Amino acid sequence: MRTLLIILLAAAALLARPAVALDAGLVEKLGLGDSDEKVAAINALAATGDPQAAELLAALAEGDVQTAGKRVLVVKGDQATDAATGEAVAPLPKDREDVVANNRLRGAIASALAALKLVAPDRETRLAAVKALAGGADPSILPLVKKALAQETDPIIKPLLEWVAATLELSGGDRDARIAAIRTLGLSGSPSSKTLLLALLEKRTDGGFAEPDEDVRIEAQKSLRAVEDRLAWGERAGLAFAGVSLGSILLLAALGLAITYGLMGVINMAHGELIMIGAYTTYVVQNLFRAHAPGAFDWYLLCAVPAAFAVSAAVGMVLERTVIRFLYGRPLETLLATWGISLVLIQAVRTIFGAQNVQVENPVWMSGGIQMLSNVVLPWSRIVIIGFAAAVLAGIWCLLTRTRLGLFVRGVTQNRAMASCVGVPTARVDTWAFGVGSGLAGLAGCALSQIGNVGPDLGQAYIVDSFLVVVLGGVGQLAGTVYAALGLGFANKLLESWSGAVLAKIAVLVFIIVFIQKRPQGLFAMKGRAVEA
Amino acid sequence: MKRRTFVRSMLALAMAASLAGMSLEAAAQAKTVKVGVLHSLSGTMAISETVLKDTALMAFEEINAKGGVMGYKIEPVVVDPASNWPLFAEKARQLITQDKVAAVFGCWTSVSRKSVLPVFEELNGLLYYPVQYEGEELSKNVFYTGAAPNQQAIPAVEYLMSKEGGGAKRWVLLGTDYVYPRTTNKILRAFLKSKGVADKDIDEKYTPFGHSDYQTIVADIKKFSAGGKTAVVSTINGDSNVPFYKELGNQGLKATDVPVVAFSVGEEELRGVDTKPLVGHLAAWNYFMSIKDPVNDEFKKKWAAYAKAKKLPGADKPLTNDPMEATYIGIYMWKQAVEKAKSFDTDKVIAAMAGQTFKAPSGIVSKMDEKNHHLHKAVFIGEVKADGQFNVVWKTKGPIKAQPWSPFIAGNEKKLDQPMTAAAAK
Repeated sequence: MRTLLIILLAAAALLARPAVALDAGLVEKLGLGDSDEKVAAINALAATGDPQAAELLAALAEGDVQTAGKRVLVVKGDQATDAATGEAVAPLPKDREDVVANNRLRGAIASALAALKLVAPDRETRLAAVKALAGGADPSILPLVKKALAQETDPIIKPLLEWVAATLELSGGDRDARIAAIRTLGLSGSPSSKTLLLALLEKRTDGGFAEPDEDVRIEAQKSLRAVEDRLAWGERAGLAFAGVSLGSILLLAALGLAITYGLMGVINMAHGELIMIGAYTTYVVQNLFRAHAPGAFDWYLLCAVPAAFAVSAAVGMVLERTVIRFLYGRPLETLLATWGISLVLIQAVRTIFGAQNVQVENPVWMSGGIQMLSNVVLPWSRIVIIGFAAAVLAGIWCLLTRTRLGLFVRGVTQNRAMASCVGVPTARVDTWAFGVGSGLAGLAGCALSQIGNVGPDLGQAYIVDSFLVVVLGGVGQLAGTVYAALGLGFANKLLESWSGAVLAKIAVLVFIIVFIQKRPQGLFAMKGRAVEA
Repeated sequence: MKRRTFVRSMLALAMAASLAGMSLEAAAQAKTVKVGVLHSLSGTMAISETVLKDTALMAFEEINAKGGVMGYKIEPVVVDPASNWPLFAEKARQLITQDKVAAVFGCWTSVSRKSVLPVFEELNGLLYYPVQYEGEELSKNVFYTGAAPNQQAIPAVEYLMSKEGGGAKRWVLLGTDYVYPRTTNKILRAFLKSKGVADKDIDEKYTPFGHSDYQTIVADIKKFSAGGKTAVVSTINGDSNVPFYKELGNQGLKATDVPVVAFSVGEEELRGVDTKPLVGHLAAWNYFMSIKDPVNDEFKKKWAAYAKAKKLPGADKPLTNDPMEATYIGIYMWKQAVEKAKSFDTDKVIAAMAGQTFKAPSGIVSKMDEKNHHLHKAVFIGEVKADGQFNVVWKTKGPIKAQPWSPFIAGNEKKLDQPMTAAAAK
């Protein structure tokens, strides 16, 4: 849709303006030259400042430029125009070759186009342009940057422009300008500053420094330290976010288990499969939306969340009614029976949906991320899941403490016989409580489908983690589950950044084994009477 | 709905296959030869291996339609080792001893190949292995139709070091934790050192199979890349690639800043990923779907028709990739070798395989080396396009001979460029 719009706009622009010829030599080099010639042609075309050149470069980056013999064409759909003269070419020549823009050319085009936009009247365009240049720019655009700097007044764009100018002055120019540039770099917190400063301090293979001037080196060292300090904060923030994110996922996966195992004492090995069912429900809802309401596709999750809860809860309640209720108080049999059920569920899903992973697409609003600091991007999908986990937690807390069902559940947990005596229908409460726990697993599945793979084995990966969280947190405690999930998330991410993913996983498991040996009741123990199994 | 009919037809197929197995005599009368297909159809590797099973079935159907091999119709025996390495060995044994297959086409991960290898050597079976791998192996009973490191990994790294590829100075070697990534990275580390890259500029990282949380790893790559122009070499295998590329896109790591070159990611693995943020990331293979060549056009057409006829998942967007091409070449070379040997006998077929040629969809004439059981292959490096296809940005002039024993691993210079047993026999 968007590309169509761009094509239409481009076509309209081409029609509206009388064709102005570009330098034919440059255009030919752009289409037929080797890479060095192409880069030179890109910079030369950009330097002309001609809007037609900008269009041609954008077309090249999009992969719309082709050559036919010596002619360079811009081909959009069935329409072709001569790149140099702007004339329409019809019919399309037969033997056409794509002009392939690789990373190097695309980078050159992006910075050339950005340089042209630095003086655009629109603030957003300028901001985007200066950000594009932050990745690294060709020194040949320094005059353009300086010109833009002279007329720039925006408080956000100006420092960025100054920084871009500094990166360009670093390599050329006199000593004072370079030292000033190094100081400017020291004021920023961007990873590219670090790259540039490090390059100044590099040692050659013969032991001497790449940078002969000692003052420059000392200045660079100072700036580098300042930049690294700032970057370190970004790294810490990123790590903390990753920890919270993993914690929120663990929490979602374990919350349901905290009810079925924690409160009710059922060792439910099929918990992971209830998560998997939630994920597959999301997949089905997604497909329904795609088939029947493609316009509202971006909002399918709003429908998938309650559907996942309902389906998993229903499956859970059926399980409770038909199997688990006959096994209360017999943990070993429960374990074996639910494990068997988990295998049945996996195989059932495999038969219905196939053994391969299915694709659950992120809605557009969950793709991409938000730039927090210069070196930290927080992906939307994870932010949404953290928020979702918090909302689910709040919901379940309200359910347990503010509603009649919650009161009954707590009552039955604490003393089943007494609750029964005062008229609580304990059997029905068990079914409902198990349904809620299973529904929560469904919600977890819905969330997991947005960041991971959805396949029949999905649940297997989370069942162990869920039990670890509940056991570590202390059986029968919701608060314990929360602390344990976040704690494990942080510990895992911290260790991962030190020792790698494989060792981190092992280290966390060892830690939990030792912890449970020393403190079998978990982080938070129920005070007073022990929970009956 | 389509899926359900697919499942039903699969069930029918399975039943038919088991019926056929029961009446061995009837099968023998129809003059058939059994051939094994050993690919994971479930578990973490199913994302990559399922299409190889379908490619093999397509090739068999094609050969049968043209009269079979020496007049024998091919009867495929498809088993599912479920991404479970010991199960690979069990299934391989079953294929050779119970089903008495003439040849087996299968395996993707090196760990699965390593676990079936003793079985094939003990029972003198014949395995065609269609995936690029780390080398360091040369068995009489295996033909390697995928690339050795010098046909994929090393050219890719050389490209990224060149001015054209961005002139990378620092390297992140990221892989799944098993034998292929570990050995490939060992070779690459030695190669990079020979090019003057210091140890502090190489960062090796591994994740378990099926890993799905790549936040820390992508953040670490970002941090590492601040120290100079960085490239990432990814040997991540299986469905972990989907979360990895999603995270790359979400965290905004652009190919113009930090290019990621992958050795186990092709058109099929990118099917489930939004490729717009990934434009420019690279893959090195010996075949891309986008290669313009008449043989490739025909191959793509055949595959699209087959996928549609069999209602395969994803038939609305049929994709071909490198291991599919390698599977296809392997099957046809086996057929040619059988016809040359005029026998299905393992030893005679192995002898007849030497020097076989086949017009490959990648646009070259692929040749099985006379001695070392590997194909001569051309190398292509492609950049991801917005539609999930690859733009070929670099290629070798012609086919390259494989070096299964990489010269970058100490002690390899003494090893023979042919299987040990064959050498001893001569």
